[in-house]
Amino acid sequence: MSKYLRIAIMAWTAIFIVTPALAGKFNLGRGATEAEVAAWDIDVRPDGKGLPDGKGTVAEGEVIYTEKCASCHGVFGEGIDRWPVLAGGHDSLKSERPVKTIGSYWPFLSTVFDYVNRAMPFGQAGSLEADEVYAITAYLLNLNDLVDSEFELSKQNFVKIRLPNETNFIADTRPDTPIIAEGEEPCMTGCKPGPVKVTGTARVLDVTPAGDKDKSDSLD
Amino acid sequence: MSDDAIYPKTMTSRRSFLGAGLALGGAALAKPALAGDGEAAILEKQDWTQYLGDGVDARPYGHPSEFEKNVVRRNVSWLTADPISSVNFTPLHDLDGIITPNGLCFERHHAGIAEVDPAQHRLMINGLVEKPLVFTMADIMRFPRENRIYFLECAANSGMEWRGAQLNGCQFTHGMIHNVMYTGVPLKLLLQEAGVKTNGKWVMPEGADASVMTRSVPLGKAMQDCLVAFKMNGEALRPEQGYPLRLVVPGWEGNMWVKWLRRLEIGDEPWHHREETSKYTDLLENGKARRFTWEMDAKSVITNPSPQAPLLHKKGQTVITGVAWSGRGTIDRVDVSIDGGRNWKTARIDGPSFDKSMHRFYYDFDWDGSPLLLQSRAMDSTGYVQPTKKQLRVERGTNSIYHNNGIQTWHVKANGEVENVEVS
Ligand code: HEC
Repeated sequence: MSKYLRIAIMAWTAIFIVTPALAGKFNLGRGATEAEVAAWDIDVRPDGKGLPDGKGTVAEGEVIYTEKCASCHGVFGEGIDRWPVLAGGHDSLKSERPVKTIGSYWPFLSTVFDYVNRAMPFGQAGSLEADEVYAITAYLLNLNDLVDSEFELSKQNFVKIRLPNETNFIADTRPDTPIIAEGEEPCMTGCKPGPVKVTGTARVLDVTPAGDKDKSDSLD
Repeated sequence: MSDDAIYPKTMTSRRSFLGAGLALGGAALAKPALAGDGEAAILEKQDWTQYLGDGVDARPYGHPSEFEKNVVRRNVSWLTADPISSVNFTPLHDLDGIITPNGLCFERHHAGIAEVDPAQHRLMINGLVEKPLVFTMADIMRFPRENRIYFLECAANSGMEWRGAQLNGCQFTHGMIHNVMYTGVPLKLLLQEAGVKTNGKWVMPEGADASVMTRSVPLGKAMQDCLVAFKMNGEALRPEQGYPLRLVVPGWEGNMWVKWLRRLEIGDEPWHHREETSKYTDLLENGKARRFTWEMDAKSVITNPSPQAPLLHKKGQTVITGVAWSGRGTIDRVDVSIDGGRNWKTARIDGPSFDKSMHRFYYDFDWDGSPLLLQSRAMDSTGYVQPTKKQLRVERGTNSIYHNNGIQTWHVKANGEVENVEVS
């Protein structure tokens, strides 16, 4: 290989390895600084990736929760009016009216930390310190009878805490209703045995805006 | 429901509903009586035929006729705790064709409408990439663009109907959908610009609003057809639709189409964040819950007639129309039944048939004036047939909230009134 060719190859390699921004063919945008990434990259995963340093106790959490969260979510996490319920609902998932809470439904504790840290309190997103989020998360575990009142949650013991409903999530198994083979068509005549009857009407099941609706019919 | 003084009583009282229906459609559309030589509409001069109207400087941004003031998004106040984290509904019964006008696209946001200054907006790509990048809006506008028409449906559309007919109006039963032409940059080009590492498998879009919305999107989908869009129907995104930048995830549930998009992180595992665990998971009767239920199944609904759009003209030539869509492709056919699903006729699809876009169908027939049980049934390009509500309940029970694409029945009575019903 000629000296010049080798230098040329080395130069190319250098460009791609040292300044990989040129991996993109449009050469648009600029490099993000470490501080910028740190400012926005707050997401936490079930394996603990993304957790900041810190810790907090149930007792500390109770104080913060009472001050900043209870007005909407209730002192016991029961949810005031139609604000979300955060505790309780054990063994309700198969019932007529499931109550889906952190304790009864959520698969991972990291979701609590991540969500409270990014979006709560409602109207003051991102205002909590890491230690406060650890403390509130510990308190929410306690409200759900998952840890005792002496418990302290920290970056170190975080992934050891598992939520009871973790294993009840399954993959999407749709389509779970019939698919028609190519060239065939769905039933077109006599698809039901006799004249069709009305079995329920919006009038009968109609709901009033009065506000006494059961929460489980809500949307969010 | 503060914005629609004419409507709220329809939720509570049948009589006031009919009143509203007649006031809306009746005055404008009922057949006027002929007296003497003919109709005043013709025999008498109309103001608009005699006097001059507004000049071109009066309406720099045009708006609908004052006679269309009832064509608005509506919300149902008891559905959520607070209108700041809530939803309103597209008035499907007032629309035709396949495009949803920007001001009528339903809204769902979790922390109110963020009013983002585009000059201060940045899109960051970080995580498992060769080089974390930051783009300004001007940078994004320099990438090659695409134009695509897609429906966006909230996975909770029709979610209130799992236990039985509940809301009287296709705006409320089916109005968490809109169909818009997006102009944007393929997400693939942006990700390639940062250089996704070989262990990158998932993308986490994140919003800049106060809910800082996040979801986990598999890299395959991101590279396949997602767009980072800045225009809808030709003009800038509306603030409530994520101005200045939103993610477009064709055929997949609306929650993933993160608005006010500020960040894309690449990872090797999904994040299991709140909107893919606590929400947007489908609880089955046995207590198990499906997760990552991204695709929107084929679905259709008759928009006219429907409870908010009664059949006031009595018997004779009648147009039945509605919309159909599928997150897995195009709509191959829509069948319509007037007897509650016993017998079906194939409807006529008119207008463009695009992948993962709304389709418009019509069924023109001679109504004999007797009561009808109207249904529509969509079939998509994969052979998937829209199921009955009964079929869905057998598979999933009644507590899964999301992905209710069951066949809707409207009961048209002899007087033209239409009601949301369930049938045998
Ligand atoms: C002003 C009322 C309000 C206050 C105060 C508030 N929240 Fe919330 N919270 C909400 C609303 C509204 C939602 C749902 C937001 C949405 O729709 O995305 C929510 C959702 C949540 C959820 C997710 C619930 C679920 O089932 O998915 C958690 C956890 C939570 N809040 C924790 C907290 C904590 C911890 C605090 C105090 C630091 C707090 N909230 C303060 C209103 C409030």
